Amino acid sequence: MKKSVFLGVVAATTMVAGAASAQATLEAVKARGELICGSNTGLTGFGAPDASGNWTGFDVDLCRALAAAIFGDATKVRFVPTTGETRFTALQSGEVDVLIRNSTWTYSRDTELALDFVAVNYYDGQGFMVKSDLGVSSAKELDGATVCIQTGTTTELNLADFFKQNNISYQPVTVADDSEAQRQYLAGACDAYTTDASGLAASRATMPDAANHIILPEIISKEPLGPVVRHGDNNWGDIVRWTYYALLIAEEKGITKANVEEVATSTADEEVKRLLGLSGDMGVKIGLDNAAFKNAIAAVGNYGEVFAANIGEGTAINLARGLNALWTQGGLQYAPPLR
Amino acid sequence: MAVASDVPKESFRLSMLIYDTRYRSVTIQVFVLILFALFLAWLLNNTANNLATRGKEFNFGFLWQRAGYDIGQALIPYTNDSTHFRALLVGLINTLVVAIIGCVLATVIGVVVGVLRLSKNWLVAGLMTVYVEMFRNVPLLLWILLSYVILSETTPQPRDFRVTDEMAAAGEAPAASMILWDSVAVTNRGTNIPSPLFDRGLGSADLGFMSVNLTTLAYILVIAGSVWVNRRILASARAQQEATGDRPVTWWKSILVLFGPVIALSVALGLHLEIPELRGFNFQGGILVAHSFTALVIALALYTAAFIAEIVRAGILAISRGQSEAAFALGLRPGRTMNLIILPQALRVIIPPLISQYLNLTKNTSLGIAVSYLDLRGTLGGITLNQTGRELECMLLMMLIYLTISLIISALMNFYNSTVQIKAR
Ligand SMILES: N[C@@H](CCC(=O)N[C@@H](CS)C(=O)NCC(=O)O)C(=O)O
Repeated sequence: MKKSVFLGVVAATTMVAGAASAQATLEAVKARGELICGSNTGLTGFGAPDASGNWTGFDVDLCRALAAAIFGDATKVRFVPTTGETRFTALQSGEVDVLIRNSTWTYSRDTELALDFVAVNYYDGQGFMVKSDLGVSSAKELDGATVCIQTGTTTELNLADFFKQNNISYQPVTVADDSEAQRQYLAGACDAYTTDASGLAASRATMPDAANHIILPEIISKEPLGPVVRHGDNNWGDIVRWTYYALLIAEEKGITKANVEEVATSTADEEVKRLLGLSGDMGVKIGLDNAAFKNAIAAVGNYGEVFAANIGEGTAINLARGLNALWTQGGLQYAPPLR
Repeated sequence: MAVASDVPKESFRLSMLIYDTRYRSVTIQVFVLILFALFLAWLLNNTANNLATRGKEFNFGFLWQRAGYDIGQALIPYTNDSTHFRALLVGLINTLVVAIIGCVLATVIGVVVGVLRLSKNWLVAGLMTVYVEMFRNVPLLLWILLSYVILSETTPQPRDFRVTDEMAAAGEAPAASMILWDSVAVTNRGTNIPSPLFDRGLGSADLGFMSVNLTTLAYILVIAGSVWVNRRILASARAQQEATGDRPVTWWKSILVLFGPVIALSVALGLHLEIPELRGFNFQGGILVAHSFTALVIALALYTAAFIAEIVRAGILAISRGQSEAAFALGLRPGRTMNLIILPQALRVIIPPLISQYLNLTKNTSLGIAVSYLDLRGTLGGITLNQTGRELECMLLMMLIYLTISLIISALMNFYNSTVQIKAR
């Protein structure tokens, strides 16, 4: 008797456990009342808490836009800092709902790690930073140098390939996160620091003597960075993807944080109407409100605004749009039609 | 007889399983065993289910794929073209090297401190107490970080060693210079020490699955041979002493046997030292002992030594005072009393707790992650795990390896323990 009760309990727990993992992420997020977003441990401009604990940054804004799309409230999001090493495990185990943290879309992450990269919010490539008094002007001159590298990243593998291809040698110093890499690099324990060029620019911006550091011209890899979700929950993937595209379409259509309400009352453009939930039921189709995309734009602004506010020219990080300009301006940022 | 067989045979009832003390313990054990088996089954089932929902399978095939990453300290040949398994071996060797050097250092320091703590000299005993209390009561991780920071922040950068043309012309000395007759350079990255080179090395033999360095092998064989011959000399000297009462003079024979062959071999192979030299960004040539390694070994050794010191002190105090008084009465000096009378007896008390200290030290090597030391945790449990996404496989494998290392250490120490215990005859 007792035993069969126990067996029943075991079976039930197992089934509940199974059901929980298959339960749609959107339902879980709604039930919880907040979105949990995997972020950086701290990379100024992309994702970092400020002195009072508010998270800000380019990647963080996408999380806020998602929260606004789901709840109509951009503050209903909690940020979980993850390192290069812990991020994918955190996503797979369900500790975070979505990972927006300078993560490169690669074949093995997409397949073997059973993840889905739903978009590319920043087209990047790997670069090297050195102190200007090192007297180096090209990465190919780094033969024999000690290089700081973050573990668990694509950059660690690219670095090995680059030095091998150029038949030069290096001494790796493997560190866990950006702040440790900066500490070692600034202390002179490494001659060069390598990571995504955007990350280098962001790191340099926080250095006390930013002018004494140069980013070498070589970009040695393609690093398409974008939001990641678990493989298998396609609806959730759609929500993240189209919230991002909504911000892109908004830029294309000239809709900003400031004028979104006004455009909503005056527009005659059918795509804009669909985007802002005035016609069709675009939001409802993915399990959200029809005003979802409008809320996202009202919360953080369009892609261009997010870029300019966090990492663009004029900020300390001072990155040009480059590849991340809209396709209409010669860049790669291109949203499929919203219809 | 007849009376005994008259006792009515009680028939077995189910309630006896609980109320009859003869059966109760068995019932409980069987019940617990079933619960445990069910728990295991549930764990396995849950794991399998979750792996399936994530579309992952359980497979160690990734170990034979190209690793693709570089490792700073590799004591066996390794490049980024090697397999993940090779990276695992590199990490394992790095773990073992730290563990072995750490255990030896910790034992030496621990024994010295433990003995000195009992010193009659108030200052010495006090200092040792301070040392033990300080190291025992601060977390090991902090000691590792502290040693690392001290090593890397107080030492000069490699470029400080450079003598530019202008400096040479002006006769200025560089900001930093090498030590020990210009053979060792301590930079903020590591310690560059000379390495042995052979003009006429023996090369290496390929055994298919691994290659053996013949030069190292030659040294091991020659040293083992010398030690064996030396033991024979000492044994025959002892035999003669027991037979005739005089001990023949052996020290010059021992020195000759122990050092002669090694020196001869070195000359034959053309041994010389390669001195590190500043070229480009770093010192090239010689061996680079990274500060992560040094810091880890120092912190582990000092920390564990504090515990060993306490064990040694307890072991010595466990030997009755009568023993040392008797030794003094025979005219032995305090030092010899310690070495010949007290320590050998104290060993019996010391060794069992010492085993667990060795085990602790070995497991604690995995804290090397804090200073980016690529041990087993850093290669298999770090980069390999991350780049292949095989968490379960890597973790299980890592647990299995640490378990095996620990069991081997226990077995060796237990064997040693059995040789020093009092033999009952
Ligand atoms: N894009 C690479 C590297 C990602 C990465 O670790 N980026 C660094 C700098 S760009 C970072 O975000 N560091 C911040 C942190 O450690 O929290 C990848 O996905 O593997």
